[in-house]
Amino acid sequence: MSEPTPLLEVTGLRKSFRVARNKAGRNRLTALDGVDLRLGRGETLGLVGESGCGKSTLARVVLMLDRPDEGTMRFDGVDPFALKGRELLAWRRRVQMVFQDPFASLNARMTAADLIGEPWRTHRDLVPTPKQREARVRELLDLVGLRASDAHRYPNEFSGGQRQRIGIARALALEPDLIVCDEPVSALDLSVQAQVLNLLADLQQRLGVSYVFISHDLSVVRHVADRVSVMYLGKIIEHGLTEDVFDRPLHPYTAALMSAAPALEPDGTAGTGDRILLSGELPSPLDPPSGCRFRTRCWQAADRCAEEQPDPRGRGDGTLEPHEGRCHYPLSLTPMGA
Amino acid sequence: MNPLPGTATAEPEARTGEPALAVEHLSVDLHTASGTVRAVDDVSFSVHKGRTLALLGESGCGKSMTALSIVGLLEPVAEVVGGSVKAGGTDVLTLGRRARRRLAGPVLSIVFQDALAALNPVQPVGRQLGEPFRIHHGLSRREAKEKAIELMRIVGIPEPRARARSYPHQFSGGMRQRLLIAMAVALAPDVLLADEPTTALDVTVQAQIMQLLRDLRAERDMAVVLITHDLAVVAEHADDVVIMYAGNVVETGPVREVFADPRHPYTRGLLDSVPERAEKGKPLPAVGGSPPELSNVPPGCVFQARCPLARERCADERPRLTATGPARAAACHFSEELASV
Repeated sequence: MSEPTPLLEVTGLRKSFRVARNKAGRNRLTALDGVDLRLGRGETLGLVGESGCGKSTLARVVLMLDRPDEGTMRFDGVDPFALKGRELLAWRRRVQMVFQDPFASLNARMTAADLIGEPWRTHRDLVPTPKQREARVRELLDLVGLRASDAHRYPNEFSGGQRQRIGIARALALEPDLIVCDEPVSALDLSVQAQVLNLLADLQQRLGVSYVFISHDLSVVRHVADRVSVMYLGKIIEHGLTEDVFDRPLHPYTAALMSAAPALEPDGTAGTGDRILLSGELPSPLDPPSGCRFRTRCWQAADRCAEEQPDPRGRGDGTLEPHEGRCHYPLSLTPMGA
Repeated sequence: MNPLPGTATAEPEARTGEPALAVEHLSVDLHTASGTVRAVDDVSFSVHKGRTLALLGESGCGKSMTALSIVGLLEPVAEVVGGSVKAGGTDVLTLGRRARRRLAGPVLSIVFQDALAALNPVQPVGRQLGEPFRIHHGLSRREAKEKAIELMRIVGIPEPRARARSYPHQFSGGMRQRLLIAMAVALAPDVLLADEPTTALDVTVQAQIMQLLRDLRAERDMAVVLITHDLAVVAEHADDVVIMYAGNVVETGPVREVFADPRHPYTRGLLDSVPERAEKGKPLPAVGGSPPELSNVPPGCVFQARCPLARERCADERPRLTATGPARAAACHFSEELASV
């Protein structure tokens, strides 16, 4: 896990958008406010947070669909925003995406083979001849657990889980190093969701691909992610190894998020424990609170929280893997519930 | 052989007296362009006041269709072809449209998943929330508005008097869901159906809404039917569960017992698919395949194609819902093989 050059390293990313003026006359929506990320090869980074926290904007920047206002991104040691022409095209091949909705993300008038092979129309050198393309489509279908005979069927002939497999095969067609999965299983039924999660894990093992895994479902993230970053109003308020973040959260928001999520214990009972019920809802990102952004919903907020933005603070137990939370009063650096 | 669920000894607590809602042998057909299919097949369950029953299943299993048949809001392509729905002392399926509408609100009401679609976009919410009082109690506009403001306060909307003049799009998703719940409980119904009431919401808001439903249930002694696909929500909020698959009930009973010791392979498969119960780094024990199309439900057991226990008998004979305990039942020929040792 500790490796010299990470596959993806993002530092101090800021991105704001101009929107219609709100009542207070503000029209700048800061979607990302100084975001740092690190992702190693073959690793999965879980990105969690509620709607509007900036997860998808971050994904768009990582995919270079949006240019950040500030900050740097390094992918395999290079800044992709500095690339042009052929180099840029070659870079784009290396980062692909799996979408949330397997119904909206597949063109209903294309067959599975057309859909999977479409990226090769842009990246022509990869699989140059029709014969090779046909063979490669068969391989990819097999890789994601579909049959060769499925190649000439249309999306409406597949179930939701099978469609998501087509989406995954299409992402794999360009042999990427990184796949951004934006809520890849949230549109699927539970029994099918497990199949797709297993497929993603299996592909990672076989191909060594890395994932940025965006999800609101904490139980899914806990299962798939090596590291987790928790976002709130454009900031990463906590990050660390999955076990550390889930078992010993530093930030009150992380603790609240974990405790709000309904859980199921192995004996079939609800794993509620002591639920922290947050009052209120996410403040508008147009007008974020001063100081700590979470203070308006935090039960332990003090005067200092309104005045001063908290810097990341780590657990002082000398472990190598950083586990940091942006809170002036991190949940007692002792285990929860002790 | 075990006795049928109907003859099984009743659980002592909370099961005395008439249930607030009793659904018996309900069947619903869907008339589609490619023929008629059975969307709900011989479904029975009952709920008492102050208790929550969950209808659990994946998309297309018939849980929403069951709920819509109960409240009489089925689309014209769907038709109730058998069974009864007893609430407020009558079989509502035998009532005419006008009589049925009189029950909507004081006896039966429903909260939908998509609050934005369920609210009228061109009317202030105070007016909409007052409507039940105007229609059922004949209150004046002013009186109804006061009632609406009171309801908004009860469901936790800040500054209700000022917000009563706002339109639905001016509220957040969580607040809209509160408005919908307010409208549903306005006339103190005996039975509240909630169709995926929190699916579109973030987890911290979801927790608030479920708590609100819980408080209202206790305060007003309502029977709640919670329609959901989320096992963890069922474990936390429901007393009893009805698990549906391809239009059929495959298992039913007290949540605690069913989840701790499932007696239908589908229930077992669902529970095993929950990521947090699985060991990290190991594949999840997934149920292979996907549910059958309603036009293609096999003649024997509905789950046979995906079932690890399936054998010849399952292809020929549809298993009946058979008691597996004092208050529970499963529709599987081999349910005793799943009994925990």
